[in-house]
Amino acid sequence: MKFDSPAKTNPIDRLKVVGKPTPRIDGPLKTTGTAPYAYERHDVAAGQAYGYVLGAGIAKGRIKSMNLAHANQASGVIGVLSTLDHEPVPLGPSNTANLFGGAEVQHYHQAIALVVAETFEQARAAAHLILVDYEREKGHFDLAELAPAAPLAKDGKGKPKVENFGDFDSAFASAPVSIDAVYTTPDETHAMMEPHATVAAWDGDNVTVWTSNQMIQWGKRDLAKALGIPRENVRLDSPFIGGGFGGKLFIRSDLVVAALAARRFHRPVKVTLQRPLIMNNTTHRPATIQRIQLGAERDGRLTAISHESTSGNLPGGKPESAVSQTQLFYAGANRRTAMRLAELDLPEGNAMRAPGEAPGLMALEIAMDELADKLGMDPVDLRIVNDTQVDPMNPDRPYSYRDLVGCLRRGAEVFGWHERSAQPGTNRQGRWLIGHGMAAGFRNNILTKSAARVRLAADGRVTVETDMTDIGTGSYTIIAQTAAETMGVPLEQVSVELGDSDFPISAGSGGQWGAVNSTAGVYAACVKLREMVAQKLGANGEDIVFADGRVEVDGRSFALGDAASGGELVAEDAIEYGDVDETHQQSTFAAHFVEVAVDAFTGETHLKRMLAVCSAGRILNPVSARSQVIGAMTMGAGAALSEELAVDKRFGFFVNHDLAGYEVPVHADIPHQEVIFLDETDPWSSPMKAKGVGELGLCGVGAAIANAVYNATGVRIRDYPLTLDKYLDRLPKVT
Amino acid sequence: MKAFTYERAASPAEAAKAVASTRNAKFVAGGTNLIDLMKLEVEAPTHLVDVNGLGLDEITPTEDGGLRIGALVRNTDCAADERVRRDYAVLTRAIVAGASGQLRNKATTGGNLLQRTRCPYFYDTNQACNKRRPGSGCAAIGGASRQLGIVGVSDKCIATYPGDMAVALRVLDAVVETVKPDGTSRAIPFADFHRLWGDTPEVETALEPGEFITAVTLPKPLGGKHLYHKVRDRRSYAFALVSIAAVVQPDRTGRVAVGGIAPKPWRVAAADAALPDVAAAARALTAGATPTEDNKFKIALVERTLAGVMAEARS
Repeated sequence: MKFDSPAKTNPIDRLKVVGKPTPRIDGPLKTTGTAPYAYERHDVAAGQAYGYVLGAGIAKGRIKSMNLAHANQASGVIGVLSTLDHEPVPLGPSNTANLFGGAEVQHYHQAIALVVAETFEQARAAAHLILVDYEREKGHFDLAELAPAAPLAKDGKGKPKVENFGDFDSAFASAPVSIDAVYTTPDETHAMMEPHATVAAWDGDNVTVWTSNQMIQWGKRDLAKALGIPRENVRLDSPFIGGGFGGKLFIRSDLVVAALAARRFHRPVKVTLQRPLIMNNTTHRPATIQRIQLGAERDGRLTAISHESTSGNLPGGKPESAVSQTQLFYAGANRRTAMRLAELDLPEGNAMRAPGEAPGLMALEIAMDELADKLGMDPVDLRIVNDTQVDPMNPDRPYSYRDLVGCLRRGAEVFGWHERSAQPGTNRQGRWLIGHGMAAGFRNNILTKSAARVRLAADGRVTVETDMTDIGTGSYTIIAQTAAETMGVPLEQVSVELGDSDFPISAGSGGQWGAVNSTAGVYAACVKLREMVAQKLGANGEDIVFADGRVEVDGRSFALGDAASGGELVAEDAIEYGDVDETHQQSTFAAHFVEVAVDAFTGETHLKRMLAVCSAGRILNPVSARSQVIGAMTMGAGAALSEELAVDKRFGFFVNHDLAGYEVPVHADIPHQEVIFLDETDPWSSPMKAKGVGELGLCGVGAAIANAVYNATGVRIRDYPLTLDKYLDRLPKVT
Repeated sequence: MKAFTYERAASPAEAAKAVASTRNAKFVAGGTNLIDLMKLEVEAPTHLVDVNGLGLDEITPTEDGGLRIGALVRNTDCAADERVRRDYAVLTRAIVAGASGQLRNKATTGGNLLQRTRCPYFYDTNQACNKRRPGSGCAAIGGASRQLGIVGVSDKCIATYPGDMAVALRVLDAVVETVKPDGTSRAIPFADFHRLWGDTPEVETALEPGEFITAVTLPKPLGGKHLYHKVRDRRSYAFALVSIAAVVQPDRTGRVAVGGIAPKPWRVAAADAALPDVAAAARALTAGATPTEDNKFKIALVERTLAGVMAEARS
């Protein structure tokens, strides 16, 4: 199905199933522990051996030798896969760091061996017996030190990542009110609940991997390349994923070493990355240093916007695109954005939930608060004044639908924003300094082809097959809702099968593009199935109604399954987009409001209330959409207050590499969270008229918290996370 | 984890003898710390003596009006005990500030005293650590040290004792009762139980090889307000940046111990004597501090947290 003009009224608009608050259909499997996660696929291949990954003990250098003798002789050991026995495996287009093979160590905890044994405990014990002789090399690990000389990042064609529009320098110089400040965000790790895990088994030249991966076809492509075998010889199966957040977008070492070891030792091999390995072995959200300059008229209208971000990565890696939203978010005639990239020898920086926008808005939305402060203007009003309904650098290109102003106004009203004390540091209740902050959120809606297959059985059951993944987001449920709505059957009559690379290729899960594209693909396949049903039942033209499990054709009524009485009907199609996202800027919007209490003695910050109001097109399932947003708000709270990979700048690694040291929020940190979705549709997005929300909830929330801390204390913190050591000396004296 | 042999002890004295007579043996009770460290091979005992079957799980009155807490009383039970809550509330408050409900259900009174530091370099076996491998050096010095110690540390080790319960026991002047491998018993004042490790960071307590903790006794109730404030980056399941245990009398004199800043729960006589002067008490508690750039904020944090505790005591 080609989608190249705004959606008209279609079967989804009936909203009998779509848009209804629907508990996730896979919930019972999860609550009973029967959802098959990768490391628990004991049933899929007999005789599984256990692998344990040994990570490099240095950050940069070479392995001179590895003594495997003790490990090989240890109890239960089947064999050891050594990085020295392999050439570095070829990488897919989105990976930078070597996944396995060769003597070179590019980063700490790079996988250098896999011990395979009859039990996990035997493999682990033997891994500790491997003796590695390293030749250390000096590396670069300090972003702040390299930042001043970091060159401009370049795109794939070698063009520097700089965007200029109008004349920023003169506009900034002549602006009556301006701010110019530097903000920093730290390295962060995904810290998903389910570690990366894979069971690999070979059948002749074909390998099947039961794994935990967000993007099945990328995984298939990259694993085939890594193993040097044709793509059709690889099958990935990933029906349930215990969180990904971008950490499972691309194949990781678990997949590679499990497949290599299974081939070498002629046994199915099961591998999970042990938790303390994950932070340094896999990817992370890179730290940024961001300079923002804003110039405005006295009425708050922005006249000059500049955002420059510096991040680091391994040679060949990409920058954290923290400036991207700044090109689009606010009006302003003179603009500049730039990205600089330093070469670091830390582990690979790569996508983590809302890459770019998450750290970018953490900075930009403090800067807006600072500007409002300087203007003596309400920060909500400042954002309203600077709303734009067009792409600011291409004024002929409108937003497909944008109601940021609606988010701001509704949020201010529901939150009671105007009752706050606007003067920072003046609202004290006992030992607590109370503060209120807000920020706006922005994240693009990305359109990408997505296919599905739909089967209709004689009993009327509809089965959807697509390689779409459910990373805890609720994909199963919205896909079932889409099929039920389109085919006119109750939700219970739909089965959904996901995550198998033998299924039609979907958009996958990433960049909050999963929901809209995968359901649109399912819709396309269902429309094709409706045509097949119509044909079977002898319908002519449009006079056919699918409802309540039945089909009405020219006054005659059939059970839907009657169309399949002569055999299952199978329809396959994809949604493919024309230039709808080129002619129209497609984005999602949010307003975040936060109340904090800061302990006037110790500086501890407690969140008291959080509200997000979202403008994101049609909400397919308010229950799972809300879960996405509150989960993202929680992640934003961690980013604002506690999450930071501590870099050892001498030895080049993330020191706090476990969940005791890397502090994600706990339940006690998170207060009442309220989420409001504006009632809207975006007909330019797809036949679903929906957009993603999975990352939107994270965008801006960190700055809202930082702004609330400022309002509480009068102390402006520009370095995340806002741990108390950064402002203790600026709190009121207590003795 | 290295393979190990295992036995269940029949009595405290036999447990002590078993550990003393087997090279590289350890007691195991709740196992909440030891088993984790064994998985990482930070600890690699070759023999475990399981003491869980020894009883020692009751809280009973002592002759001088205090309480005897058996070494195997679980943290949850100790914190919930009516007498502890009434007369030694600082202890309850400290215990529930630590770990998680699940861990406190397993963790024991004796074992908790022996939990090891949470210094990340101690946990990472690729890094030099004098505590894990004596003589190998200290990677934490000059490294990421925000959590680490500012007083009582040495140039061999800047780790902290991480627990909460012990900070309360220190302020209460508890006594640790033990039995030695030869069957004799002794009572160790809490002040002497954890040691400043100086050049030998691998030796953390006054216990002799095989010496087994049987109980912790609390002297008769002190009265006053019992407060415990643990400052951390998240509100649960995090180790203290600084914690303050205090017992404050109506005349605002009292005693104070500090966690999160030293190799042991930190109590200084001059600080107790200075109360209610918070600034003077804090000066005494942080006297001679040798912080790193990462953790120098703890000096001010001690003072501010103590000020908050003293304000709380007034209300």
